[in-house]
Amino acid sequence: MGMTIAQKIFAAHTRDNPSADNVVLDLDVVMCHEITTPIAINDLVARGMDRVFDPDKIKVVIDHVTPSKDTKTATQAKILRDWAKRNGIKDFFDIGANGVCHALFPEKGFIRPGYTVIMGDSHTCTHGAFGAFAAGIGTTDLEVGILKGVCSFRMPDSLLVNLTGSLPDGTSAKDVILKIIKELTVNGATDLVMEFRGPVIDAMSMESRMTLCNMAIEAGGTCGICLPDRVTAEYLWPFIKDQYVTLDDAIADFHKWHSDADAHYLKEFKLDVSNLVPQVTFGFKPDEVKDVTEMEGTLVDQVYIGSCTNGRIEDLRQAARIINGRKLADSVRGILSPATPAVYNQALAEGILQQFMAAGFCVTNPTCGACLGMSNGVLAPDEVCASTTNRNFNGRMGKGGMVHLMSPLSAAAAAVAGRITDPRQYLK
Amino acid sequence: MKKFGGPAICLNRNDINTDEIIPAKYLTENSKEALKPFILEDLKLDGFDAKSNKLTDAKVILTRANFGCGSSREHAVWVFEVNGINTVIAESFARIFRQNMFNCGMLAIELARDQIEKIIDLGDDITIMVDLDTNQITAKGGTGELTFAFTLNSFDRDLVVAGGWLAYADRNY
Repeated sequence: MGMTIAQKIFAAHTRDNPSADNVVLDLDVVMCHEITTPIAINDLVARGMDRVFDPDKIKVVIDHVTPSKDTKTATQAKILRDWAKRNGIKDFFDIGANGVCHALFPEKGFIRPGYTVIMGDSHTCTHGAFGAFAAGIGTTDLEVGILKGVCSFRMPDSLLVNLTGSLPDGTSAKDVILKIIKELTVNGATDLVMEFRGPVIDAMSMESRMTLCNMAIEAGGTCGICLPDRVTAEYLWPFIKDQYVTLDDAIADFHKWHSDADAHYLKEFKLDVSNLVPQVTFGFKPDEVKDVTEMEGTLVDQVYIGSCTNGRIEDLRQAARIINGRKLADSVRGILSPATPAVYNQALAEGILQQFMAAGFCVTNPTCGACLGMSNGVLAPDEVCASTTNRNFNGRMGKGGMVHLMSPLSAAAAAVAGRITDPRQYLK
Repeated sequence: MKKFGGPAICLNRNDINTDEIIPAKYLTENSKEALKPFILEDLKLDGFDAKSNKLTDAKVILTRANFGCGSSREHAVWVFEVNGINTVIAESFARIFRQNMFNCGMLAIELARDQIEKIIDLGDDITIMVDLDTNQITAKGGTGELTFAFTLNSFDRDLVVAGGWLAYADRNY
């Protein structure tokens, strides 16, 4: 029997099999942010175990509330900052260099095909876009990861998601993943690795693949994963060029992680995207999704473009197709949050930030902020937000607020119309 | 070994997520105890009162499918722990929540849907005791008593015996 990419990565990283169903993996990267790490740090200190397994394999960022908004968040940042310093962690990103973890760390070249990656953050599944096994975990797993460089998982079964056809203009990876979650439901991929394959993936940029993998968790998936190919190698080339003579050598080497032709999948899901229309959520679960045409006219108070799902340069360029030369509707507040300093700089260089500002948007520094209702755009009760983020849970962006998840194009269309509307009308 | 079980509260809904169990705005707390007053603050469930004595007294949560979906925040487990809850019984769990429970030495037990329904039918005041020697739960309510066997992954059991993943990992790795 052949193996899936996830099974190959597991086989190459197995430290222990504590039972027939469980495996303890050696970790290549342990990522940390200021929300879920400080309690682990405090516990390690209290136990007299304030050390790290390998400072070079630990990557740290302050991203959820930055700059700190109050004493509590400043304390979280300080705990993380002081810990990184005293443990010799050099890859630490503070104000001026920080950005949303799942956008920043890939940009730095920290994630490579075949890696095992954990973080105390459920959207860690994003990094599977690079052909890595990347999973969100809790603070105890993070604590053990920091201390020992290992993490336990159940043996990975996979769900093969085969995407065929070609994406029509006006749709993007966000519409694809919302459609997939709608069909699978929020529980449809629980305990499964979602392996994204097919010509749609082959044609996607790394940014789009990250958007797709980012929301695997919203179907319950342990990880989203794409087979590493030329697109992956080109993205990573600045970081791997000393390892390989040519790009083709890298691509050939990445191939060792590819799932075998006779690999076993617990489930398969097929979707032809050729007739896909923009997708929008309507309820408090990410599987409550409708075609944008069914949501037409829903009034919005705020539009938020950013996050680990859709705060990358490709997303900003998409939104700018509609924003450029237009104004925010009078009734709408617009917030643009480029996900990293590099995205911010690039958007500045391309004139995109100026276009958003001319339209009436507020441009914030890179941060997770509003996505989880912590800062930089929290909703008041009964307010409605058209958002490019990944969760529409009750209270997610502020108690009593309503979140409609959608693509950057659809959010931009909502911004200028003041209501949810089909973005394709602006692209003619 | 620690005893598991006690008075149960039923959260009769699928897909209860971590933001409902503990909203993100409380994740700026740097101690588990500070989370205590905010348990299930944003839960969307008809008739549910997060301030009721029933929740204060509960040691067991009885619920439906995909419990604890969403965020990785272990705060969702800690807020139960500091409120005296030691066991969650559900049709199924989200992966990270389930692992966080066992990592903290707490129990996440899966039963079939019809078994959960039969327990709910026992009435308003239900007490559920867990026997880890026989892998059985016994539920007592106004209309009778029910016993069901459950399966526990041997590694998850080891974590509960060890008192959590940190103690287990420190001994073994």
